[in-house]
Amino acid sequence: MEKLNKEDVHPKILEALLNTETDLTVDDTLENEMILNMGPQHPATHGVLRVLLRLDGETIIASVPELGYLHRGYEKMAENMSYHEFIPHTDRLDYLAPLSNNVAWVLAVEKLVGIEAPPRAQYIRMIVAELSRVASHLVAIGALAMDVGALTVFLWTLREREKILDIWDIICGARFTNSYTRIGGVANDAQPEALQKVKWFIDQFEENLEEAERLINTNRIFVERLDGIGVISKEDAIDLGLTGPSLRGSGVEFDLRRVTPYLFYNEMDFKIPVYTEGDSLARYFVRVDEARESIKIVRQVLDKMPAGETLLNQPKKVLPKKAEVYSKMEELIHDFMIVNFGINPPVGEVYSAIENPKGELGFYLVSKGEGRPWKCKIRSPSFINLQSIPHLVKGHMISDVVAIIGSLDPVMGEADK
Amino acid sequence: MIMDFKELIPQKIKENLANLNFEQSEYRDELTLYFDKKDIVKVCNFLKKDPVLEFLLCEDITAIDWARRKNRFTVVYHIFSLKNKFRLRLKADVDEEECSIDSVSSVWRTANWQEREVYDMYGIGFNNHPDLRRMYMPEEFEHYPLRKDFPLMGIPGSLTLPKKEE
Repeated sequence: MEKLNKEDVHPKILEALLNTETDLTVDDTLENEMILNMGPQHPATHGVLRVLLRLDGETIIASVPELGYLHRGYEKMAENMSYHEFIPHTDRLDYLAPLSNNVAWVLAVEKLVGIEAPPRAQYIRMIVAELSRVASHLVAIGALAMDVGALTVFLWTLREREKILDIWDIICGARFTNSYTRIGGVANDAQPEALQKVKWFIDQFEENLEEAERLINTNRIFVERLDGIGVISKEDAIDLGLTGPSLRGSGVEFDLRRVTPYLFYNEMDFKIPVYTEGDSLARYFVRVDEARESIKIVRQVLDKMPAGETLLNQPKKVLPKKAEVYSKMEELIHDFMIVNFGINPPVGEVYSAIENPKGELGFYLVSKGEGRPWKCKIRSPSFINLQSIPHLVKGHMISDVVAIIGSLDPVMGEADK
Repeated sequence: MIMDFKELIPQKIKENLANLNFEQSEYRDELTLYFDKKDIVKVCNFLKKDPVLEFLLCEDITAIDWARRKNRFTVVYHIFSLKNKFRLRLKADVDEEECSIDSVSSVWRTANWQEREVYDMYGIGFNNHPDLRRMYMPEEFEHYPLRKDFPLMGIPGSLTLPKKEE
């Protein structure tokens, strides 16, 4: 963090910072006020987020978040590549839950094309999406605890996350940028050893989560640094467009898995954790409870999962299996056509959203009947959630900014696209 | 319930907002309403405040560049009614000559950043926006990256690098 002079700040940003309506008054503006720069290289901003703070002493009067340090233009890139080609790029949006993004993308494209994956593929997608939710929340919990000074929790939750990454390694051969789903199914069936490991993981997970929880839930420093910090009311949260745990921490029972069920979530029995306090502590508790509910869903999926195909038999829209491409003429032709010219969905537009760990991840696709989308908009939850920072930090101390950003759990890969 | 709702929304708009023209279409079970750009704030206000509809959540605002069409841009709004579990898409065409539309940030505060993003990427101005700055690109950047005439590789030299201190 560094103190800035007025000439160091771009005039327009300065204007936004100084014109913010604030109900906090300062005795002598020139004497007391200071502009402080936080980020973009700061360990507590979870990536390259820059926040300019206008301070009176150590109290924040106003703040302006600056985004775009990780802007890679994914929407532009999506307009220039086929629907299949974009799957690996979705890994890089919310890089803490890549499989969840993969699922969101293929569901949007399948809706646009008008096909549906076979049941087994959909159940596998549910397993990986829920496990990625657990993995993402584990990082969020650990990082939040680390932000407010409890280092051990981070090591313990990352140990659990490591087990999930090992499962992904078996399922799709990659630990991190998975690119596992395909339009019309998944890349390969989940192997028995992978499912066995999933079973082993969910059996031991709750005990380990509880162990990590015991370290902080009654820890006075942890609780007092979060309790009553960054409070947002139900109405404000909806008005600011918050989704995900941040919205449910404010007492709104909004979860797309329930509200607009996709995959087979309507068959699953799970609770939606809701806390009414709306502060950073509530958002932390929502994440912990959600991790437990996700484990419950995975357990049910393992029981219900049917045998069968994992890729739809629709040669014009679905990439054939590699082994068949090498041995059969028909498949070779289809592979060539799909790779070179794309799958050409009918003219139309869809908006498809799923409940990602961070909130509502939506894709808005416009097709002109070509192999590439004419328009692809990524509605990323982190981007919208970050907008609440000026509202949340007002009146708090600098050290609370760290806790508030940690409790919002933004991922800049997704916020900056 | 939802089938009724698709008929209820246009009907309610007709009843409550007289002399307001709009078209509707449906694709893949998603309802889209097209409005004139001058009516958009009025419509959004109505949809949010009507006690039956209650579209409280503005999920997304974006634009489409049609490149060669007469009305070059379309601004697209996705709004969601928590009460009725229903998603609605609103659209309004914007011409390149008069490239601006009224801001809905007075209706939903979340529209603030979303409109800034549209402005940054497409160069569509939003009237009465409280803080219309670029979202991702630097303030000095002169182009609008998501317009179809902006090349994928970018324009060399268009992005100024910060000066190095001696």
